[in-house]
Amino acid sequence: MEFFRIKKDIPFMRHALVFNVISLLTFVVAVVFIAFRGLNLSVEFTGGTLVEVSYAETVPLEPLRQTLANAGYPDAQVQNFGSTRDVLIRLPNRDDTETSKVGEWVKATLKKIEGSEATVRRVEFVGPQVGKELASDGAMALLLVIVGIVVYLTLRFEWRFAVSIIIANLHDCVIILGFFACFQWEFSLSVLAAVMAVLGYSVNESVVVFDRVRETFRKRRDMKTPEVINHAITSTISRTIITHASTQAMVLSMLLFGGETLHYFALALTIGICFGIYSSVLVASPLVMWLGVSREQFAKVKVQKQEAVV
Amino acid sequence: MNRYPLWKNIFIVVVLCWGLLYALPNLLGQAPAVQVSSAKATLEMDPVADSKRIADALAAAGIEHRDIFSDATGVRVRFADFETQSRGRDVIEKAFNPDKQDASYTVALNLLSNSPQWLTKLRALPMYLGLDLRGGVHFLLEVDMPGAITHRLEAVAGDLRGQLRDKNVRANIAREGNTVVLRFRDAAQRAAARGVIQSFNKDLQLVERDGGSDDFRLIASLSLQAQQTIREFAIKQNINTLHNRINELGVAEPVIQQQGADRIVVQLPGIQDVTVAKEILGRTATLELRMVEGSPGDQRARDVAAGRAQAPYGTELYIERLRSGHAKAGQAENANDIIGIPLLLNKQIELTGENLTDAQPGFDENSQPAVHLNLDSAGTRKFRELTRQNVGRNMAILLVEKGKGEVVTAPVIRTEIGGGRVQISGSMSTAEANKTALLLRAGALAAPMEIIEERTVGPSLGADNISKGFHSTLWGFVAIAVFMTVYYMLFGLVSSVALSFNLVLLVALLSLLQATLTLPGIAAMALTLGMAIDSNVLINERIREELRNGCTPQMAITAGYERAWNTILDSNVTTLIAGIALLIFGSGPIRGFAVVHCLGILTSMFSAILVSRMVINFIYGRRRKLDALSIGQIWKPDNN
Repeated sequence: MEFFRIKKDIPFMRHALVFNVISLLTFVVAVVFIAFRGLNLSVEFTGGTLVEVSYAETVPLEPLRQTLANAGYPDAQVQNFGSTRDVLIRLPNRDDTETSKVGEWVKATLKKIEGSEATVRRVEFVGPQVGKELASDGAMALLLVIVGIVVYLTLRFEWRFAVSIIIANLHDCVIILGFFACFQWEFSLSVLAAVMAVLGYSVNESVVVFDRVRETFRKRRDMKTPEVINHAITSTISRTIITHASTQAMVLSMLLFGGETLHYFALALTIGICFGIYSSVLVASPLVMWLGVSREQFAKVKVQKQEAVV
Repeated sequence: MNRYPLWKNIFIVVVLCWGLLYALPNLLGQAPAVQVSSAKATLEMDPVADSKRIADALAAAGIEHRDIFSDATGVRVRFADFETQSRGRDVIEKAFNPDKQDASYTVALNLLSNSPQWLTKLRALPMYLGLDLRGGVHFLLEVDMPGAITHRLEAVAGDLRGQLRDKNVRANIAREGNTVVLRFRDAAQRAAARGVIQSFNKDLQLVERDGGSDDFRLIASLSLQAQQTIREFAIKQNINTLHNRINELGVAEPVIQQQGADRIVVQLPGIQDVTVAKEILGRTATLELRMVEGSPGDQRARDVAAGRAQAPYGTELYIERLRSGHAKAGQAENANDIIGIPLLLNKQIELTGENLTDAQPGFDENSQPAVHLNLDSAGTRKFRELTRQNVGRNMAILLVEKGKGEVVTAPVIRTEIGGGRVQISGSMSTAEANKTALLLRAGALAAPMEIIEERTVGPSLGADNISKGFHSTLWGFVAIAVFMTVYYMLFGLVSSVALSFNLVLLVALLSLLQATLTLPGIAAMALTLGMAIDSNVLINERIREELRNGCTPQMAITAGYERAWNTILDSNVTTLIAGIALLIFGSGPIRGFAVVHCLGILTSMFSAILVSRMVINFIYGRRRKLDALSIGQIWKPDNN
């Protein structure tokens, strides 16, 4: 079987501007969503209490909300989690109550409700101190990734490659965040982990293409820069799609079988993988072209050697 | 010709066998078990007798068990399922701890590896399941460090008052913020005070400051080093206290770790009742100092202990715990007999832990192990009074927890003791001195703690999470393997085999490190597999390309692997950088994810390149005449 029967190099670079405009627009839309709707941060970041209870049969949510409101928590969020029998209750932290006792209080309150028996599946309480640290640790991790990747790629390739790869892939991450802001999906620690994993993964993608760019520059002296890039993208496209399909197969399996806990993690990866293909190939490559990459940056050493022999 | 040298083949095969061996215990799974261990330092488990006791108790209740065996930590019983485990636990608990208030044994639920003994001896153990997979409670506690320092400064202010009064220096002393401010009438008094303070307190920094013509001030603050010591001490102290208390809860494998400078993580697998857990964690032990009526172990006390007489009015009976050295001699046949020295204590409390500022193990003037106590100024005064009036009598130091007192030590008062420095010495070993100091500190000094994060996971959710994680990995893997085999034929099959070895090696490595497996960890494993196939796709595509360009099959294999190597290295290093950043800055679930992710990248390089090449070499490497490779259809563009 061979899916990709491409006779000539596809002239990707002819449409470079279009790709970048599309990408820029998506990026702007994502930023707008993040700025105006904000992320629906999970309890891990905001602090608060989360109680997951499971009932033997379907429960209407309104009485639960009512009971909690009457007991002094009108701002409690009550929603189904996975199935109609599982309920997730979220309560914010407050200054006046002893926050670490809220979990037990909810348990006791729910017991008072007539009808089916609730079993508590999990309780999570996060104090207000923890959230801030998570945000700053996340930022530090991101910074370290950026610096690490730029340094490594500059050493192995060229600074132009490093810069365009980082720009292209950071914009992926922003787009994932944009999706989470737009649909108000819950942004938890595991989603953060997924975003970082996507960053590493998309960079990996661009590296494969750029590796081929470097090789083509050295091998084919007759090609101009856009042609080299076109050739590199075309000859790796088969691998690009197959690899992504395989990874996506795994992620899809997580999405289908992983349950609620892995749902948003898998969702973030799905978005990351889809946009990763696009941006790491079609955004990073034009960027590197515009930054002025050329054969001399790779072939220099060889040329000098030949002259020395002569 | 594509052949690996013999040593390389042997190396790869050895690594694979090692991987299989160490991954095996995870496959065999874990069985529910009950663990019985001694709750008291003075009580040693007897493997044979205690095993029999457990077997008899279970047989009497008609509960089946699989096997009983003992090791250094105690005796363990394996059960067939969780239901018999919990019934078995109740029966064993009843047999070993007839009096729940005074438990001599810890009876805890546990999970035990099903793997045979020889595997366990090789240290091939299954991965430790995280709380989200096995159910339990997780707490993150924050030690109130400013509180600990303020507490210490209050004590310092008290000490200074006492010291200056003794030397007839007049001063007005108060704690203000993180300093102690002393106000004097004139400069001479201040100079005198300075001399006194410096001779007694090495870790105080003194600064002179004049407020006005008749306001002479001396500002004392703790040196940075002293503050650091207090912080380290407070956290160590609290961890120790938590250890002691959690032992009481009967948790088999509690995790109690320091996190960052001022936080403690406590994980209690299997515990469902958060209220009880919190109550026990939050409890404070207090110290009491009371006088002994008569002498320890005298006839009257022994009569009361044996039930032959009533305790005299105003006194209570206590048993001093025997130190380990004496334990054997006093050990009685029956658990109900008294082990230890009976004492009659006066009900009046002379001093409490409030007055104790520090307790440290050390040595007395005869180089015998001793415990040094420091009292604050009020305590010092009371203590001097007490000792002057009671020379020759015994005083008892009690640790009171849950309203139940335990005599830590009951030394004789030899002389009047002033100055607030008390030394307890006598027939104790260095270890006992350490332990006594710790017990005393545990009551007096633990800085307050606050729960800042709490997570409870029910056992059913844990089991759900395991099956969800397992299924998503399994079906994802199957999808990839089927696709690879269909698309790349034999080469795809080899890639799938390499991928499965990647999983085996990853699991083996994690088991060897005894990493904690969590749901994000399983997700990372699945994701790593999904990404790891990239290396094989790169190699296979490259081989196809070489064939398309007209290489012979053997050359194509060599060139394909060699050319793909550079790309694989670069792409994996960049992914690894992201993983390491997560590892450094992540905490909790993120860290688990990062560990698996990073290790997975390393194992994938090994399996995707070396293992798959070895198999390909084995299949094709020896054939001199090789016409085609089974790598799927190679489509060649028509050359115009």
